[in-house]
Amino acid sequence: MKELHTLTIKEVHEGYINGDFTCTDLVKHFLRRIEKYNPKLNIFLNLNSKAVEQAEALDREINEKGIDRPLLGIPFAIKDNFLTLGIETTAASNILKGYFPQYESSVTQKLLDAGAIFLGKTNMDSFAHGSSTESSDFGPTLNPWNPERLPGGSSGGSAAAISAQLATAALGSETAGSIRQPAAWCGVTGFKPTYGRAGRYGCIAMASSTDSPGPLTKNIADAAIITKVISGKDPFDATTSSLPVDDYPQFLGKKDLKGVKIALVKEYLLSQMRQDVKDQIITAVSKLKELGAQVDEISLLDPKYSIGVYTVIQRSEVSSNLSRFDGIRFGHNRDALCQETKRRIMLGTYTLSAGYYDAYYKKALAVRTKIVDEFTKVFESYDAIVGAVSPGPAQKVGATKDQPMFGEMEDVLLEASSIAGLSGAGVPCGFVDNLPIGLQITCAQFNEKKAFEIADCYQRNTDHVKFPDLDKTI
Amino acid sequence: MHKAQSVTIDDVKKIAKLASLNILPEEEKKFAEQFSQIVEVVNELNEINTNGIPETYQVTNLVNITRDDVVDHSRVLSQELALSQAKKTHAGFFVVSRVIDSTDET
Amino acid sequence: MKYTPLIGLEVHVELNTLSKMFCSCPADHFAKKPNTQTCPVCLGLPGALPVPNKKAIENCIMIGLALNCKINKLSKFDRKQYFYPDLSKGYQISQYDQPFCTEGSIILDSGKAICIERVHQEEDTGKLQHTVLDGEKVTLVDYNRSGVPLVEIVSKPDMESSVEAKEYLKKIHEIVRALGVSSADMEKGEMRLEPTINVKIEDEHGVHFTPLVEVKNINSFNFASQAIDFEIKRQIEEFEKTGIEKSTSNKTTRGYDSAKKITFLQRTKEEAKDYRYFPEPDIPPFVLEDDYIEDLRKKLPLLPDQVISSLVNEGVEPKYAKILYANEKALVAFGTYKNEEGIDKAKLSSLIANKKINLDQDIVTQYQKLNQIGITDVSVLASIVEEIIASNPSLVADYQKGKTTVLGFFVGQAMKQTGGKADPHTLNSIILTMLGKTG
Repeated sequence: MKELHTLTIKEVHEGYINGDFTCTDLVKHFLRRIEKYNPKLNIFLNLNSKAVEQAEALDREINEKGIDRPLLGIPFAIKDNFLTLGIETTAASNILKGYFPQYESSVTQKLLDAGAIFLGKTNMDSFAHGSSTESSDFGPTLNPWNPERLPGGSSGGSAAAISAQLATAALGSETAGSIRQPAAWCGVTGFKPTYGRAGRYGCIAMASSTDSPGPLTKNIADAAIITKVISGKDPFDATTSSLPVDDYPQFLGKKDLKGVKIALVKEYLLSQMRQDVKDQIITAVSKLKELGAQVDEISLLDPKYSIGVYTVIQRSEVSSNLSRFDGIRFGHNRDALCQETKRRIMLGTYTLSAGYYDAYYKKALAVRTKIVDEFTKVFESYDAIVGAVSPGPAQKVGATKDQPMFGEMEDVLLEASSIAGLSGAGVPCGFVDNLPIGLQITCAQFNEKKAFEIADCYQRNTDHVKFPDLDKTI
Repeated sequence: MHKAQSVTIDDVKKIAKLASLNILPEEEKKFAEQFSQIVEVVNELNEINTNGIPETYQVTNLVNITRDDVVDHSRVLSQELALSQAKKTHAGFFVVSRVIDSTDET
Repeated sequence: MKYTPLIGLEVHVELNTLSKMFCSCPADHFAKKPNTQTCPVCLGLPGALPVPNKKAIENCIMIGLALNCKINKLSKFDRKQYFYPDLSKGYQISQYDQPFCTEGSIILDSGKAICIERVHQEEDTGKLQHTVLDGEKVTLVDYNRSGVPLVEIVSKPDMESSVEAKEYLKKIHEIVRALGVSSADMEKGEMRLEPTINVKIEDEHGVHFTPLVEVKNINSFNFASQAIDFEIKRQIEEFEKTGIEKSTSNKTTRGYDSAKKITFLQRTKEEAKDYRYFPEPDIPPFVLEDDYIEDLRKKLPLLPDQVISSLVNEGVEPKYAKILYANEKALVAFGTYKNEEGIDKAKLSSLIANKKINLDQDIVTQYQKLNQIGITDVSVLASIVEEIIASNPSLVADYQKGKTTVLGFFVGQAMKQTGGKADPHTLNSIILTMLGKTG
């Protein structure tokens, strides 16, 4: 029998039904692995002290009713910016050390309603301000493929949890790259739903106009199941859509991509990108063609402009969203914020301040319009845009030092699509220097089903879903 | 090559005050340098002509989202829960050190 | 020397919706135990998001319509950012450049129009209480009021006296109550006002404007009136002493001391506030179609001035019309019986307004009794009076000496003799005439 930690959601459910193991077995198995590997990898910040007890209750349900909920008994790693009742929630910041939330976030509630069980909260860049998990106040998470490397961020802990197989599935959030980039650096699958598809109530806000909760998983099939569960109108989030949620799992299993039109963005093959990274992407594109897709090279606005737009919008919104952290009703005082967070708050305060608002904030929002319009046009003729997720593989620990724009630079290939609120998958597509490389498949708003269809077909017809043997790598 | 610094230490002091952040004097210079770097990147946006282009504040294309005027007692926090994460409370109130008497703002 | 005070008023109205502006906590916070009506949204907890109250928005637009405003087709909420303990998120969700309503007016009784710049929606803050705990000066914070819906009404500085200001405030108060959107109880803080005052001075050197002063902590119309009068006088004196004129950086805030009846400086240096307004990303914008606005306009009840006008058109004296309007029971009584047979509207309104009629008893009967036309037949009354005069020569002599109080005796006697039916008016004039003829 396969090892428990390698099982996908479907395989776990089959195991439960066949009586091969129980939820309690699976949870205890993960807890043992966490005990063994977490001290080195620093993936989990806090564990759910009630996990075993909750697993036992779920086992009773499984015995009585079988698998009557889509995520019943599935152990999750939850990024620490989601408020979870009963589990300390810190957003990896000292300012929230010891904070026990007074309510449950909408998305984690949906996971719980679907029968999921939480193993613990994962490390991240403090307040999601970064693309490395190195700006965590509780130390960086290390990349399970190579502990001298970073896992990416800001959902680095969740991506590493999947890569290190310390949970069956994980929840993260993406403001611009924070799901797909760590997924790429850790060699796992990540999915960013359309902005407004999954509710943000209870997800500690970073950039209000782009934050999107989404899953990090072993494969696309798992991502589709979870995305369906967490999607839908949230009465406590006015920016969520009432559009019906497609049955994403139904769009998997296509045998080829005939009729699918894909655009390869020339500018996404950055001039400064290493040739071996470019080669991985080119190989992936060849595969897509081989599967029947029509792939055309197109030109979009230079991604360097997205950096400026995203930096201004994100930092402006961040500066405002973190004003509630004043130490009066919860948390410690503002001196407990880390340097990166302070830097972002200050830059955002500057860009919104009198005399600068027009030059920066308004300007950024106008360029945003151009970016959105450009994508709208592209999607009139194409089903998806593909390209690299990241300019290169996972960087070394310490790479973010003295790099005040590290995050925004690393996410250059994903910022445009986040600014426009698009949906997209990130799947592993190869290795360079024994480090994973990721491919992005980005689709129009609310066209998640297409992204799932393409990513799934690609994934099933390639062999890039791999997990490190931790006893060897770390 | 020394680049002209667009964000000064004075700017940093003002911003820190607006943002209610304590920045140590030795950090002010560093922040000013870093901000200037960032501002340079952002200034590249000026290469794009946005005359007559409206701003996009939201990408949802949603309008008129409201909720009905209904009280939901199940979502009201008990006093205990509301106060539970605060450092200092007293007789049901949150406590802060005395603020300047201001009948300011509303 | 010509002095023209320029007074603008900012009024905040607390709406009487059931729930708060952006969450479903109860909005009725008066006298509740502290922090018992909060939720993650109004308490500003991490991750919480606002969802606007539909009724509160309707109420804001109704106020705008009642004030003859233009309703913006496109509007949105914005964040107004500043740090203060009573502001749980570190920003207030308000409206900046695209409010729901703009360009309205209130017409004073004199016919003068006071322009209203805007009517917009925002949320209230929590409440602060200063005290000493264990020897330390502290501030206690209660967030029950945080998030309660407010409507802000801003006038242009069109008022030129405390009298006009008071009238303006009263009209707003009446309108808001007539709409049923707020009790506007000043003592409970349901209606708050802040005048901004300066004076235009025209002298031989030209035209000057004194610096703007905003006065806070006023909780009654009378106090507002007093504060304004004091301020006008103070500003003129100050200008005569210093000659300092209004600039973009010398607006100050003063408080009002109702005991001493003075205003006092609250801050020595008014720093220009940078609220860093930007559009609220958590709330999609509003597109209000014409038919939606027309539907709301149809729902408007008759407003005070409209009711009073229609009463006046029916023949009610304006002063009585106002009294009737102010008392719902009286107004209803008038409306119910005004068309009854034999009833004169003007007379009825006068009797009700002067409280000559007990509204809990049969109104028609009371009206008939009070409105009885007494005996006006001059010859009948004259003969009775003649007789009384003849019987009381000493009193007549007293009257001629100047003792006019004896008139009462003659009236009383005549009334007695007519069984109380003499018409007082006619009787009085007959007695006076006849007494005048004696001696």
